[in-house]
Amino acid sequence: MARIALKDVYKKYGAVEVLRDIDLDIADGEFIVLVGPSGCGKSTLLRMIAGLEPITGGEFTIDGERMNEIAPRDRDIAMVFQSYALYPHMDVGRNMGFSMEIRRSPAADRTERVAGAARTLGLDRLLDRLPKALSGGQRQRVAMGRAIIRDPRAFLFDEPLSNLDAALRVEMRLEIARLHQRLAATMIYVTHDQVEALTLADRIVVLEGGIIQQVGTPLDLYERPANRFVAQFIGSPTMNILPAERSDNGIAIRGGPTLDLPGIGGTGEVANLGVRPEHIDITAPGQGDLTGVADVVEHLGSDTNIYVDVQGVGPVMVRARGNVPVKPRESVGLRLLREHAHVFASDGVALRA
Amino acid sequence: MTLRAQHAPLPGKKGRAEGTFYWRYVMEPWLYLSPAIILIGLVMLVPLAIGISYSFQSIELLRPMNTGWVGFENYGDLVEDRKFWKSLRNTLWWTFGSVGFQFALGLGLALLLNTQFYGKRLIQPLVFLPWAVPTFLSALTWAWLFNPVIGPLPHWLAALGVLSEPYNILGDPDLAMWGPIAANVWYGVPFFAITLLAALQSIPGELYEAAEIDGATGWQCFTKITLPFLAPMIAITVMLRTIWIANFADLIFVMTGGGPANSTQILSSYIFTTAFRKLDFGYASTIAVALLFFLLIFAAILLAIRRKLVRI
Amino acid sequence: MAVLRKPSPLRVAGKYGALAFYVAFALFPLYWLLKIALTPDQLIYSEGTKLWPGAATLENFRIVLFQSDFLAYFRNSVFVSLTTAAATTLIAAGAGYAFSRFHFRGKRALVAVMLVTQMFPLLMIIAPIYKIVAAIGLLNSLTSLIIVYTAFNIPFATFLMQSFFDGIPKDLEEAAMMDGCTRFQALRKVIVPLTLPGLGATLGFVFTAAWSELLFALMLINSNDTMTFPVGLLTFVSKFSVDWGQMMAAGVLALVPSCLFFVFIQRYLVQGLTSGAVKG
Repeated sequence: MARIALKDVYKKYGAVEVLRDIDLDIADGEFIVLVGPSGCGKSTLLRMIAGLEPITGGEFTIDGERMNEIAPRDRDIAMVFQSYALYPHMDVGRNMGFSMEIRRSPAADRTERVAGAARTLGLDRLLDRLPKALSGGQRQRVAMGRAIIRDPRAFLFDEPLSNLDAALRVEMRLEIARLHQRLAATMIYVTHDQVEALTLADRIVVLEGGIIQQVGTPLDLYERPANRFVAQFIGSPTMNILPAERSDNGIAIRGGPTLDLPGIGGTGEVANLGVRPEHIDITAPGQGDLTGVADVVEHLGSDTNIYVDVQGVGPVMVRARGNVPVKPRESVGLRLLREHAHVFASDGVALRA
Repeated sequence: MTLRAQHAPLPGKKGRAEGTFYWRYVMEPWLYLSPAIILIGLVMLVPLAIGISYSFQSIELLRPMNTGWVGFENYGDLVEDRKFWKSLRNTLWWTFGSVGFQFALGLGLALLLNTQFYGKRLIQPLVFLPWAVPTFLSALTWAWLFNPVIGPLPHWLAALGVLSEPYNILGDPDLAMWGPIAANVWYGVPFFAITLLAALQSIPGELYEAAEIDGATGWQCFTKITLPFLAPMIAITVMLRTIWIANFADLIFVMTGGGPANSTQILSSYIFTTAFRKLDFGYASTIAVALLFFLLIFAAILLAIRRKLVRI
Repeated sequence: MAVLRKPSPLRVAGKYGALAFYVAFALFPLYWLLKIALTPDQLIYSEGTKLWPGAATLENFRIVLFQSDFLAYFRNSVFVSLTTAAATTLIAAGAGYAFSRFHFRGKRALVAVMLVTQMFPLLMIIAPIYKIVAAIGLLNSLTSLIIVYTAFNIPFATFLMQSFFDGIPKDLEEAAMMDGCTRFQALRKVIVPLTLPGLGATLGFVFTAAWSELLFALMLINSNDTMTFPVGLLTFVSKFSVDWGQMMAAGVLALVPSCLFFVFIQRYLVQGLTSGAVKG
């Protein structure tokens, strides 16, 4: 059991506040991903949970027990480092069994558990190797083996896949997902890669500027972003943002038409309309909501990315399913799907009907 | 928690006490530092303070009756002391003579060692070897080399016409200083070469490749890339080395003892002979304070120059 | 196609000529030391300045080793230097680790103080040290030398050790701490094994420095039993200044431990000196 709770937690380096108002409840067995651009404080938050960084204020509990002042070794949490942090002078077996060695577990018990973990991770034949004789993927597995061997109450991952190449990254991502299913342990995972976040997480925590922007399931964040930052951070390609004003019964795109969006009308307040590229249909010129000239067309096979210059509005990106026969400098019409449109007030907060 | 009973508990007591974490976080570095701080404090800083206080006292071990506070009397003596002013001039000569040759030869060696050549693995340790020779031994060796009875140098110098006849220059007040300087250059070139070589090796190779593609000649590469990159390192090394050499009395003490007729007496050897031979600790400390004062001025000037250069 | 510029033969010759000059400059004095040490006494005056001795003998070494006090001086020096090196390395490792891994109030000031101790004239404190050592009755004792040398070498050794610790990723001890180590356990089980080369280099530097120190030893030691090698050799030189062969044989012997350590630390020289502080 490991219910992790952070209440009003903040962190200061001298006078600089790097994290504030962190309130987070993590259920037992939940997979939480902390995501955000570099410098947003996500790694600091993870290190505070690990005990590697003191917590300036607020309370951090595991299963209701205050942990702020507990040393890392007594928190019963395992962590996988971005650099893997394998001990260079110990072979794979000793690396994995080190935590049990420190706890003076019986040698027989230790060997058995190391062997078990090695089997699961496919490392059986590498136990005598030193880390420098391993490939990146193998090192990554050893780092994970070192974490699971102790059967801790929670796992922390600090950008564990960022040093791997693209193919291995996908493979290890699946491995981590399987691990979570099998162990059903609480996991907290830091990444700046939204694909990892969307694929792995039960819930995602989006951090920016030391503040939690939104907490929710991947689908929540995709469909109902709380603000413009989340909307643009989650989803690829990035959501189009068009300057607009709120009008009687909808929203008027600056330099373009007015869309009927019941419930969010106003009296001319400045706002932004957000539409994801995949929520725009290509139509014949003159039809649809906007008309523009295709600038660049990228054929990806499964999809086509079209960068359209809309006179008076600006560039709009469209992602169409399949292979769409649009040529550069060709005129196209764009239809924005109303049910997937987002409106953000001038301060960035999402407006809902 | 019962699920976890399979784990043996961590040995040692658990840090559960409220506040322990922070206390440890604040105190831990000092724990690791305390032996160093205590030793440096007791063996260097406390004696330093005592030493400064000595300069206002009369402490002559040979005249124990004559002990007590004398105010600025020692400093008054110092200003009148012709030997002191002579030592100061000699210190300048000694320091800049040594540093100049060490730097020029050291830079040359570093540039050579930064290229590829046959037998480098053997040659590099050989040219660095003098640096490992204990200073007292460097001093003795060079003193012997200058001795016409067993050393070749006077004969060579006479053959070259530098000396009228092969005699020991360490006994000639006009030339004696060149003896310790030669020993110091021999001993110090490897140090400069090592430091500058390390700096040279930190210059990214792409810079030279880019310059070569742009058509720069070897000399242009040296003046436009190498020197600007080395400049900060050179400034720091030369400054620290100058101070170090100004304080460095071993060679002179062993080779000439400051003689003949004080022609090689520098401030630091004067301090040592005053303390060691005359056991006049008060006056020795006064000279030491004066030396410290000059070094501080030198450091301040250099730092000011450096700040000006960095701004450009 | 670009044609690779071949350096002119003149430049190549110049380069090797310059290298030959440096090698000769570096080695000649040591060669001379060895040469005179090996020359039989009766030949020293007749062929004192010849480049190659007419005959060689180990007689001088035999006399120095077995009929003089040099073996005792040698033992004293080895004892002082080894103990100093061990104590300094241990203490400096602690301090260097603190500098490398912790941010704390007063760190900058402490670093500054340590840098300053590298610069002020150590001779300044020779008189106070003498009086203090005399007051606690440690004159003529090797203990006083060890304590003084250890303190003198700590600042430099600390900066050197810090540079070695800086080269070891912080992640490693954090991983160890997550694995259940206290910080000290992490240091002992993970960091120290990885710093062994650095510890060795520091040991070597301090040993060489302690082996060469002369002035404080002269001041603090004047009994024949506790003289270190430099003091012994200098006393010998001033007493028997005509036994050239024996003096130089003793000099060659003094060179041996330094050279051994030099060979040992040579590898770390360039890296260690730059990243550490700067010292002779």
